[in-house]
Amino acid sequence: MAVEDFQPRMVGFLCNWCSYAGADMAGTSRMSYPPNIRIIRVPCSGRVDPLLIVKAFQQGADGVLVAGCHPGDCHYVEGNYYARRRLALFRLLLEFIGIDPRRLCVEWVSAVEGKRFSQVVTSFTEELVRLGPRSEVQVGA
Amino acid sequence: MARIGVFICHCGTNIGGVVDIPRVLEAAKEMPQVVFVDGNKYTCSEPGQASVREAIIENQLDKVVIGSCSPRMHERTFRNTVASAGLNPYLLEIANLREHCSWVHGYDKEEATAKAIELIKMAVAKVSRHEALFPKEAGITKRALVIGGGVAGSQAALDIANAGYEVVLVEREPTIGGRMAQLDKTFPTLDCSACILAPKMVDVGQHPNITLRTYAEVRKVGGFVGNFEVEILQRAKMVDHTKCTGCGTCWDKCPEKVDSEFDLGLGKRTAIYIPFPQAVPPKPVIDTDHCRHIKYRQFMEEGGEGKPPPKCLICEKLCPAEAIDWSQQDEIITEKFGAIVVATGFKTFDYTAYEEFGGGRYPDVITSLQLERLMNAAGPTDGEVVRPSDGAHPKTVVFISCVGSRDERKQRSYCSKVCCMYMAKHAIMLKEHDPDVQCYIFYIDIRAGGKDFDEFARRAQEEYGALYLRGRVSKIYQDCKKLIVLGEDTLMGRPVEIPADLVVLATGIEPSDGAAELAQTINISYDTHNFFVEAHVKLRPVETQMDGIFLAGCCVGPRDIPESVAQGSAAASKVTDLFSQERLVTDPMVAVIDAMKCTGCMLCATICPFNAIDSQTTRDGRIMAVVNESLCKGCGLCTAACRPGAANLRGFTQQQLLAEVTSLWQ
Repeated sequence: MAVEDFQPRMVGFLCNWCSYAGADMAGTSRMSYPPNIRIIRVPCSGRVDPLLIVKAFQQGADGVLVAGCHPGDCHYVEGNYYARRRLALFRLLLEFIGIDPRRLCVEWVSAVEGKRFSQVVTSFTEELVRLGPRSEVQVGA
Repeated sequence: MARIGVFICHCGTNIGGVVDIPRVLEAAKEMPQVVFVDGNKYTCSEPGQASVREAIIENQLDKVVIGSCSPRMHERTFRNTVASAGLNPYLLEIANLREHCSWVHGYDKEEATAKAIELIKMAVAKVSRHEALFPKEAGITKRALVIGGGVAGSQAALDIANAGYEVVLVEREPTIGGRMAQLDKTFPTLDCSACILAPKMVDVGQHPNITLRTYAEVRKVGGFVGNFEVEILQRAKMVDHTKCTGCGTCWDKCPEKVDSEFDLGLGKRTAIYIPFPQAVPPKPVIDTDHCRHIKYRQFMEEGGEGKPPPKCLICEKLCPAEAIDWSQQDEIITEKFGAIVVATGFKTFDYTAYEEFGGGRYPDVITSLQLERLMNAAGPTDGEVVRPSDGAHPKTVVFISCVGSRDERKQRSYCSKVCCMYMAKHAIMLKEHDPDVQCYIFYIDIRAGGKDFDEFARRAQEEYGALYLRGRVSKIYQDCKKLIVLGEDTLMGRPVEIPADLVVLATGIEPSDGAAELAQTINISYDTHNFFVEAHVKLRPVETQMDGIFLAGCCVGPRDIPESVAQGSAAASKVTDLFSQERLVTDPMVAVIDAMKCTGCMLCATICPFNAIDSQTTRDGRIMAVVNESLCKGCGLCTAACRPGAANLRGFTQQQLLAEVTSLWQ
């Protein structure tokens, strides 16, 4: 497949209070971004169990975005700090199981940053297009 | 097998104009367990909701997917719709086809339709794993806390108190009144600010339902709507207000003079003081940073070397009521409240960031708020507008607008809204003070939206001869007694140079000090400028995402006085609305622990930010975790952290989220 035709499949886990609202704001402000992302609403980025990310990659996702409130702004006080630490460690595991860690994008987007959300999705999609389709490494069964 | 119904809203052309809805409905028909599909022009409208309700009943649907706007918009609406058809309201899932699809992918209808189909598929997969959830009920403490005693907070406190509920008003300063108390006159009617505010302040001070806690701050907020537990730090006033009569002998005689915060450094106050004559409560506090006797005590306690400072004690000796109490200490008071109104107000932008305006070096470059104090009859100059440097009456006054507003370079992109109007007010009042004054106003735009506002700004120009120059000032420098203002008149297309006696900077509005810290303490959101964020900008302007916490006034964004008052009343009506209920229902989307899987490691209890997980010993002696549902806020941290997978978050269960992920490849 030619690189320019490649349409990556992405899953985005967005926290309800900041990033999901930020994505809503992008919509309200009509700030378009590539349609490749499928958004899953979670209450907090700290709710994102690495298993969910592994599952997405196992199913065939080309990239996973996890977005939460900016550090210090978590609706649940400290959930995003747990997410930040957990996903930093998880990145190492991703490499171990044969997935390019660049395919996991962790970002902080606030409820008013619609523009930023659209930029994050656009640049992550471009990055995934650059990386091309996933190589045939199977995760688990 | 579930019987799922899929309803897709056209939202006029908002969704229908981009997404090919008949195709999405065709695709939805083929999805597992879906037995009914329907489109609707406006699902949120009354006929729209009725058709959903009828379809649920007619087709015996037991779970519902609605493809519409964001669930943050209408989840509550549609839950009620589903409930009205006899279903459990939590057997609903919303697919966000508007904000996350049609509005952002309008350029590619094909892709948007494909995405919409997948969003519906994810919602169907998730809803098939939904379970009925049942809210619990909790009691409610019918007392309100108002944080901030400016005009917004005072109004809120009065309205709640008038409705018959107890209110505690916490104010950081020694008096209520806030910024409005510092103003001389108000636009566009030129009402005397103190004359209209002071009676309100007195009402607050004397209301039987209001407990005033001045010189106090909120330190910690725990609990939840109806049952907040708040720690208030009451700073030591060193004056027993139950004995003090407010006679004023102490502040007349106190020998220690310091810059008055209320007069913004233009005047002096004593170490034992009330900030201004109409202060409420009209009783003084001792500023422990400056009091001579406190300094003496500290010296003696530390056993400092050399000659001790004077013992002073003049206030104690002269006080006829023996109200001076040196034994007072800062104390933490813990109280219970059912609702909180946050009205912490604003401060003005610190203009020293503008090097071109002198950065604070020139005494005759002042802020508008300082000019208010100079104009005020109770101010440091008894209402004489004079230059701070030499006390001369200025004849040429230059105003500069948008200082700390609409300026990306200073990270202040927003308009402070009131500056255009108060500049016009100042120009009119200066002319009234002294007919020889000529005002020049450098402006970007004149923003005078509001009742009688534009007429007022026009009067400043036409009747009072204020000269408006469209453009920015590039530099101010001192030349002998004059301040030379260099700017540009962009309408004439030429540079201007004005030798001014006084320069007034229209400094913008920004949140009070400590706004971000307070937001973190009470768990509400704030934006990049530290203004608090409303639950919905348009439809829920005084509510926050936290139930039971409401907002009023300039802590949300720049506002003028009538808007702040209206918001204070609006927040109060939200509080009384809440208090009119006898019991509150709690959100059932909370964590639950599977007793069969829990190993009792208690990792969940360690990371829970709300201390909502306790350990419990089972009958066979095993330790396991249990969730306190009234404390749990449903963040799901425990669920992600639980190693054996015992913790699960209702509404966002592991099974539901995994189903959403896998549905994309099925």
